[in-house]
Amino acid sequence: MEKILVGLKRVVDYNVRIRVKSDGSGVETDGVKMSINPFDEIALEEALRIRERGEASEVIVMSIGPSDAQQQLRTGLAMGADRAILLETADAVDPLSAAKAMKQIIDDESPDLVLLGKQAIDNDNNQTGQMLAALWQRPQATFASKIDVDGDKLAVTREVDAGLETIEVDLPAVVTTDLRLNEPRYVKLPDIMKAKKKPLDSKAFADLGIDADDAFEITSYSTPAQRSKGIMVDDAAGLVSALKDKGLI
Amino acid sequence: MSNILIIAEHADGVLNPATSKCVACARTIDDASITVVVIGDGIDAVAASAAQLDGVSKVLTSSVTADMQLLSAAIAPQVAEIAADYDYVFGPSTTFGKDVTPRVAALLDVNQLSDVMEVVDARTFKRPIYAGNAITTVRVKPDYKIVATVRAASYKAVGEQAAAPIESVSIDCELPTHTRFVNVQSGSSDRPDLQTAAKVVSGGRALGSEENFSVIYGLADRIGAAVGASRAAVDAGYVPNELQVGQTGKIIAPELYLAFGISGAIQHLTGIKDAGTIVAINKDEDAPIFEVADIGLVGDLFKVIPEIEAALN
Ligand SMILES: Cc1cc2nc3c(=O)[nH]c(=O)nc-3n(C[C@H](O)[C@H](O)[C@H](O)COP(=O)(O)OP(=O)(O)OC[C@H]3O[C@@H](n4cnc5c(N)ncnc54)[C@H](O)[C@@H]3O)c2cc1C
Ligand SMILES: Nc1ncnc2c1ncn2[C@@H]1O[C@H](COP(=O)(O)O)[C@@H](O)[C@H]1O
Repeated sequence: MEKILVGLKRVVDYNVRIRVKSDGSGVETDGVKMSINPFDEIALEEALRIRERGEASEVIVMSIGPSDAQQQLRTGLAMGADRAILLETADAVDPLSAAKAMKQIIDDESPDLVLLGKQAIDNDNNQTGQMLAALWQRPQATFASKIDVDGDKLAVTREVDAGLETIEVDLPAVVTTDLRLNEPRYVKLPDIMKAKKKPLDSKAFADLGIDADDAFEITSYSTPAQRSKGIMVDDAAGLVSALKDKGLI
Repeated sequence: MSNILIIAEHADGVLNPATSKCVACARTIDDASITVVVIGDGIDAVAASAAQLDGVSKVLTSSVTADMQLLSAAIAPQVAEIAADYDYVFGPSTTFGKDVTPRVAALLDVNQLSDVMEVVDARTFKRPIYAGNAITTVRVKPDYKIVATVRAASYKAVGEQAAAPIESVSIDCELPTHTRFVNVQSGSSDRPDLQTAAKVVSGGRALGSEENFSVIYGLADRIGAAVGASRAAVDAGYVPNELQVGQTGKIIAPELYLAFGISGAIQHLTGIKDAGTIVAINKDEDAPIFEVADIGLVGDLFKVIPEIEAALN
């Protein structure tokens, strides 16, 4: 295949403990560490491995987000992507609009494979890839834990509730990644320097003519009910009798 | 009237219990009229079970060959076509539902509400974000078809009723040739199903090997529990992926959850916060899992498990 397009979303780093603002208007994001969505880093790693095996020639990373998302795209370039596209907007973008924007990039670039994360760990939506596949009328292989390229088709192993499902899809296709697909490489310092010279093309999201969908209004944010610390028992006998008291065993 | 269409999940001629949880959620919407659609091959028994779910007023069946019934590219256009007459489309928040429902939403040109955990009113819902660390209340504008996945762990299965009518429909959608089912491999066992079991015994990285994990299976069998695991245990190859509990595994709500040698990372706890009683056995008294455990025991799991088995005798 020729081109692989990879989505990189800028999200709050997975190690940050999220706190709801005291007035319930949102979550605290001021000054917190931002990173590439972990599933997207896996998507990029997979694209790079496919290219390094000679099964693709170019890897393009794209992001829809604020100007600061350039940082995540630069990291992607430092990992090894060839070039980057930023669709810049200060507003949060819903999955359907994100999929429509990606479809426009696809119309320009004609990639053979689009690799996305299975979900962005901020809103946990898990929908963009499936939506893109629907709009593009192409195959979707979600929750991938193994991808084998075979000419103009892929065999994808998917992590499903029942175990491991394998499907075969013709290219072009959309694949979304699960955690066990691979372990992303670390970025080396010289690569960060090199990445500065790689092309990063920035466009205004507003110029795409996509009406952001405003059907969902978040009226409040709250902290989930917390479980509290219970009792400690001294030994197995104490544990079994506590469970018997509760009628659980 | 709120017309609600639910996408049934099934395998090997059996209805998945997550479908019943979707019905439970749909019933909390005022004036709900609930239809379940079953798409697949050899689905008579599945349709008959769906018709008996308390609150269902109609079951629709559409037949596609067995190799198509798990492919979203084949099913989603059918559901989207039927959905024209409905105000809501619900799917379960299982891997099947997460795969197919967004594809339906896109065909209907709407966003999806993922993992609905509570219906506040007919157009207002609660759903978790940031791995369950925040809950949002979302209001959906009028005249917008509501497509949602239902967080199964937030609902109890509904009871039975006298069977509702079953109608077969034939939908004129082209079936895709670009996607082909190959197979599903599962370490199927006679143990209770992790997603619906009343009791779950789970093991973490501390087990150290596939062989050692047999102590977890042994205790589970002794008390009639399903087996679960942390991501670290799955990544290390001690158990297959379908046993993973947590943010990227299964979200479960058993009455009893016993965690052996699991530290209690936030991503793991996301999967068990609706459990009735959480029991933690860990040799580190400062392990974070003790902060959420109803009953904690500091000790070496390899010693504690035989002692528990002895105390049960
Ligand atoms: C995006 C993302 C998604 C994730 N999704 C999930 C998920 O779905 N599920 C999940 O589980 N994790 C998930 N994780 C991983 C998670 O962060 C933790 O790394 C993982 O849960 C740790 O597994 P563990 O508790 O088995 O291992 P560890 O954290 O290594 O804990 C092992 C524990 O065993 C104890 N121990 C050691 N020996 C003994 C003994 N002999 N007896 C008793 N106790 C002993 C230790 O004190 C320690 O507390 C995810 C991570 C990321 C970044
Ligand atoms: N704003 C965005 N920019 C780049 N990629 C995105 C964006 N939103 C979603 N994606 C991709 O779609 C995947 C699923 O996102 P979601 O449906 O929001 O959970 C992510 O892992 C990304 O790969």
